[in-house]
Amino acid sequence: MNLSNDDIQDILRLLDSSPYAEFTLETSRFSLQLRRSAEGDWTQETQVLSRPVAPDPAPVRTDPAPGAAPAGQPAPPGETGAPAPGGPGADLRDIVSPLPGTFYRAPQPGAPPFAEVGGDVERGTVVAIIETMKLMNPVYAGTAGTVAQICLDDGQFAEQGTVLMRVRPRDG
Amino acid sequence: MLRRILVANRGEIAVRILAACQRLGIEAVLAASEADLDSVPARLADRTICLGPPPPAESYLNIGAVVAAAAAAGCDAIHPGYGFLSENPGLARACAAAGLVFIGPPAAQLELAGDKLAAREQAAAAGLPVLPGGEVASAAQAQSLADGIGWPVLIKAAGGGGGRGLRPAGSPAELAPAAGQAAAEARAAFGDPRIYLERFVPGARHVEVQLLGDGKRVIHARDRDCSIQRRYQKVAEEAPAPLLAGPLRAAIHDAAVAFGSRLGYRGLGTVEFLVDPGRGAFYFLEMNARIQVEHPVTEQVCGLDLVAEQIALAEGRPLSLAQEEITVTGHAIECRICAEDAHGRPAPGTITRAVFPAGPGIRVDTGIQARSAVPPLYDSLLAKLIVTGDDRAAAVTRLRRALAACEIDGVATNLPQLARLAGDPGFAAGGADTGFLARLTREAAVAARG
Repeated sequence: MNLSNDDIQDILRLLDSSPYAEFTLETSRFSLQLRRSAEGDWTQETQVLSRPVAPDPAPVRTDPAPGAAPAGQPAPPGETGAPAPGGPGADLRDIVSPLPGTFYRAPQPGAPPFAEVGGDVERGTVVAIIETMKLMNPVYAGTAGTVAQICLDDGQFAEQGTVLMRVRPRDG
Repeated sequence: MLRRILVANRGEIAVRILAACQRLGIEAVLAASEADLDSVPARLADRTICLGPPPPAESYLNIGAVVAAAAAAGCDAIHPGYGFLSENPGLARACAAAGLVFIGPPAAQLELAGDKLAAREQAAAAGLPVLPGGEVASAAQAQSLADGIGWPVLIKAAGGGGGRGLRPAGSPAELAPAAGQAAAEARAAFGDPRIYLERFVPGARHVEVQLLGDGKRVIHARDRDCSIQRRYQKVAEEAPAPLLAGPLRAAIHDAAVAFGSRLGYRGLGTVEFLVDPGRGAFYFLEMNARIQVEHPVTEQVCGLDLVAEQIALAEGRPLSLAQEEITVTGHAIECRICAEDAHGRPAPGTITRAVFPAGPGIRVDTGIQARSAVPPLYDSLLAKLIVTGDDRAAAVTRLRRALAACEIDGVATNLPQLARLAGDPGFAAGGADTGFLARLTREAAVAARG
């Protein structure tokens, strides 16, 4: 149950003939705050306070339908961990995810990946895509050198700042 | 008569469908991913059931999980909203197999509308004007077709639509690589490598007609103009479409009804047209066989509850209205408020404050409130602001004040861009073309650099 736009208009009609410039109503289910600006325009701030009703555990899942992408298996946590300081990875530069989103190694399914371990990259080379909110965001190498490590599997979710790849900088 | 509907969607459209169910006295169960179990629609639903993990492929796009959720919750119907599975014939068929009502057209009609080439053929057969063009199977064929219809051309994916799978080509040199990429992309994204070419019409507008059909009779609920777009995605929409000559408007309405009638359409649908105002010409683009994001502008000027009509049609009822009963009063404009920064980059996060305007002629459809999560896995739409005025000028004035009253904190939004649009004299004049917003954005960027 929520207040409809019409409910709010009805309340405003009452308030318009009153001297009040602010109105707060709070019940166990919702809160509503109406404020009148100096120009006479009203604003609303609503909050649904009801808790969701008994979110059941997921029903018995049937096989994913044709066309639905297979569920990606998350990589074991250790695999994406940073190398020990001073270890063999100490001279590597991290390529991190610019946004939270889904990590893709190739421009589209079935296409060759942007980068492979051992491949050369320039600073402006696109090495991956992060899909955030249906937008494809290119990830640039940022460092000229050789790809030393790819830390995530294709299709895995990356938080902002997650290390996606490591690059061994080119000398000189 | 439906008793309990599973709403298999999220955000503002889930809230919108829940409200319609409430008004109709139908119980509503929300099917939500793990990322949305504490969302505003989850709090408003009579009950919430978990569909699966956050990635859409494992939740909102998983036909098996959606149908199983409906069965587990004892629902007799599924409302898919827009996007996700809303135009997927597989869900419509799975519903039929499980004895559930799919709130949308029959699977065969979804299939036809989803195949843009088949829809184009049906439109031509129904006597609708289509853009010069056709299917191309090779680069050489594309070349000769483009030479025949004239440059520039747009390459489209038969399985695409809604702005996806579009590529422009301005010259023969651009065509072969663009066609190759488009076919590869179309195969990967839609499982269908077929592409077709259509002439690109500069300065055109995007006008669409709202259809309602009961399988026997098709009527229209007037038109909307959706020319304010960025990257082929709609940003602002209005009803009625401004500055269309009466005979042209009537011809567009008639064409949409002719197309729907040829299909024997049952449900809510939208026929999209490209309008070349200079020539007074219009062309069929595609049909969307679902509720549209921008449906509220039609509701505001026609006084309809389109979701309630859609549910009634899915129940198998005849149309409740005659064509003459649908009239337009005033003018409505919708703006899509999205979580994105000034460069159009998505901005997921957590909402800390959400203040919206209120008052006569103002409607806000939203699925967010303070402390709502804006997950990175779904689209960036936060809210739709819909204003209505006695005429377009009044609606534009109201829109400017209403946008100024919006305050969303916690994530970046496109509110500054929307305010710039609403304040622009070119927008106020009406009749902007589909390139208008890109030009306005470029001008603003140049001005900012000084």
